[in-house]
Amino acid sequence: MASKFFSHAKIERNVTLLGALSLVVVAIGGIVEIAPLFWIDSTIEKVEGVRPYTPLEQAGRNIYMREGCYNCHSQMIRPFRDEVERYGHYSLAAESMYDHPFQWGSKRTGPDLARVGGRYSDEWHVQHLKDPQSVVPESIMPSYAFLAERELKAGDMRQHLRALYRVGVPYTDKAIEAANDDLRAQADPDFDSEGFKDRYPKAQVRDFDGKPGQLTEMDALVAYLQMLGTLVDFEAAAPQEQAR
Amino acid sequence: MDNLVMKSGGWMLVVLLAIAGFALSHDPGFSVHMVIVGLAAMIALWAGLKRADYAALAGGILPKPADEGVYDDDPIRWGVIATVFWGLAGFLAGLYIALQLAFPALNLGIEYTSFGRLRPLHTSAVIFAFGGNALIATSFYVVQRTCRARLAFPTMARFVFWGYQLFIVLAATGYVMGVTEAKEYAEPEWYVDLWLTLVWVCYLLVFGGTLLRRREPHIYVANWFYLSFIITIAMLHIVNNLAIPVSIVGSKSYSAFAGVQDALTQWWYGHNAVGFFLTAGFLAMMYYFVPKQAERPVYSYRLSIIHFWSLIFLYIWAGPHHLHYTALPDWAQTLGMVFSIMLWMPSWGGMINGLMTLNGAWDKIRTDPIIRMMVMALAFYGMSTFEGPLMSIKAVNSLSHYTDWTIGHVHSGALGWNGMITFAALYYLAPRLWGRSRLYSLRMVNWHFWLATVGIVLYAASMWVAGIMQGLMWREYGADGYLVYAFSEVVSAMFPMYVIRAAGGLLYLAGALVMAFNIWMTIAGRQRAEKPMRDATYDPAKDRPLPAPAAVPAE
Amino acid sequence: MSLYDTLRHFADSWGLVFMSVLFVTFVGWTFRKGASARHRDAAHMIFEDRHNG
Repeated sequence: MASKFFSHAKIERNVTLLGALSLVVVAIGGIVEIAPLFWIDSTIEKVEGVRPYTPLEQAGRNIYMREGCYNCHSQMIRPFRDEVERYGHYSLAAESMYDHPFQWGSKRTGPDLARVGGRYSDEWHVQHLKDPQSVVPESIMPSYAFLAERELKAGDMRQHLRALYRVGVPYTDKAIEAANDDLRAQADPDFDSEGFKDRYPKAQVRDFDGKPGQLTEMDALVAYLQMLGTLVDFEAAAPQEQAR
Repeated sequence: MDNLVMKSGGWMLVVLLAIAGFALSHDPGFSVHMVIVGLAAMIALWAGLKRADYAALAGGILPKPADEGVYDDDPIRWGVIATVFWGLAGFLAGLYIALQLAFPALNLGIEYTSFGRLRPLHTSAVIFAFGGNALIATSFYVVQRTCRARLAFPTMARFVFWGYQLFIVLAATGYVMGVTEAKEYAEPEWYVDLWLTLVWVCYLLVFGGTLLRRREPHIYVANWFYLSFIITIAMLHIVNNLAIPVSIVGSKSYSAFAGVQDALTQWWYGHNAVGFFLTAGFLAMMYYFVPKQAERPVYSYRLSIIHFWSLIFLYIWAGPHHLHYTALPDWAQTLGMVFSIMLWMPSWGGMINGLMTLNGAWDKIRTDPIIRMMVMALAFYGMSTFEGPLMSIKAVNSLSHYTDWTIGHVHSGALGWNGMITFAALYYLAPRLWGRSRLYSLRMVNWHFWLATVGIVLYAASMWVAGIMQGLMWREYGADGYLVYAFSEVVSAMFPMYVIRAAGGLLYLAGALVMAFNIWMTIAGRQRAEKPMRDATYDPAKDRPLPAPAAVPAE
Repeated sequence: MSLYDTLRHFADSWGLVFMSVLFVTFVGWTFRKGASARHRDAAHMIFEDRHNG
């Protein structure tokens, strides 16, 4: 044994040392890469317009996750000419800053959805979700007709917003208190929830699924899809942008 | 007596908690899960009471100590069966969703069978159920043999096995019901994650405890890989699954991280699920079973030390290559790319070490189909660890990302490397664990080998074509300066590739069915009457030159 | 200069040198005297239990 003070023989014979050293070695990479993201300010540059999701949008987002849409659709436009032309302005970090969890995706079996909001009518979305091949014959997307039939049972949205608040989404006490009313108000123009429009600027209020008076899972999912990528006004923001 | 009462009381408490959870449940998914948990705890309670030795308890006799003269192999036998079972389930789910992409009518229009819910079922079934059971079973086998000691904490080892199966059942039923955290490869919800954490800590205790009890001074290289796999997976699992549940009696939770931070944490986890679950753990299998089957020591022990430490150090950095050109800061992307490329070297260190172990015994590839499987596994390991660094280069990734190329890459690694080395290990283990002189049939192993190999080739080739075609069609501009293809046109161009891919999957599944039959019959103690696998024929009588032709008379 | 730039410069210069030296030392150390015999023993360890393996 050549080395007196430090020899692999020692590590090979000592389980605790082997385990501890392995842990140290594997921890380094993660710490160096992940930790700075939490304290380097430039990770997420402040952008005007980004706000937390409304209760209805969040409920729709939960359906999006429940159905595993992320398995086939990305929500992250890369800064390439073809992607920007096909899907819109490339995605900014700030646009997903309230996404718990992120839904950037890793596969485009279907198109990117980061800016699908406002591109199609509500009727198109409802028809497409019920029977994708009826509007896009080549589509291989499954049918989600059951969403239109099913009443939205989002649970107590106050609890949901409170959980989101705990992980860092800046919902006000008032927003949490009014969450259940806000949920209804967004899909029913006749139902008023005081201060909804101020809490959620640019929130779209209407009956989304074409069934007035009925709050379905389709309402929530379409409300979510129709707001995706619409919060930031890129016309106004353009001069501040830096070339990447 | 006290021990029995404590244990039964504990399971009773779990049953009561499950009933309370069921009664107060906020959503149907959570209710179903509480029923499953309650049933599992009742079965554990019943099994504990039934197997207790009451006569001994009444007489105040201490329980008979386990026979130290044999290895504790029961959980390993169960593990072999579970690996085969979950493998078939996972491959079948994969074949089904592959067919759904070619023929969307197979989604059946109902939520439980849609692609979005079944895809996590497939990935988790093959990675965590098939791969996980293979890792737990082989690690228990290898650690006992290389330490020359019985498993530490035998009861806990049994808990690890059954607890892990419960984790699988909860995760799988959750996906079908839409109970998901929606983070790829980390989909199980918060309470399932907590359960897995508990099981995993017990796994570490059993494995580490056995290492501490060893009768050998040296810890064999396979055990370093197993140990680092267990520790690192614990770290990744806990950090990536940090979340706040909406209610303690509901399934929904929200990830502690958001957006960019969540993305990097997730791919730090995701890539190292590949790096430690599917690489370090399976390299451990390689370092034991390849030398044993070849009956030669590992080629270079020195190389194994170097590539072990390099591999575990470098792997952890590679995650950001899943996020090239996204909103992740550039420096993190570059760092991820650089480390991914460096990772090529230790990966090939492992491959070379495995392949060169056969140095001087290459003829066994011809005569031993199990060795042939191991060599094919190592060849695919080498190929996919070359392809991986290639795809992590930003310029290549700009084309390959979001396409089926990634799917092809993953499957050449998973089917080729993880699948093949697992099959080889199962074939090695089955006769030894059940005390048979040999497998039911070696020729069926050969059939399995060829079915699987042709299946992988069809799979990988079709996905390469599909992926590169997708990437090029998406970015193709016409002379008029407009994009040439609508997205839907690219989708329809994929059809033939998706059919070929499904055919490849079918062959792979067929091979696994042959294996299931073979192992079943081996366990049953049968031996197929068959000609032994043998060398090319050689007839010395014919091995001589032709006699000189009769002299032709000159003209 | 920001902290980020400082770290980046360190990583590109001394950090790189440090890692390289560490790696070369580590590799060199596996070639130390007496290691070969130990490695040979360790590699053969799994074959010593033929009767019950």
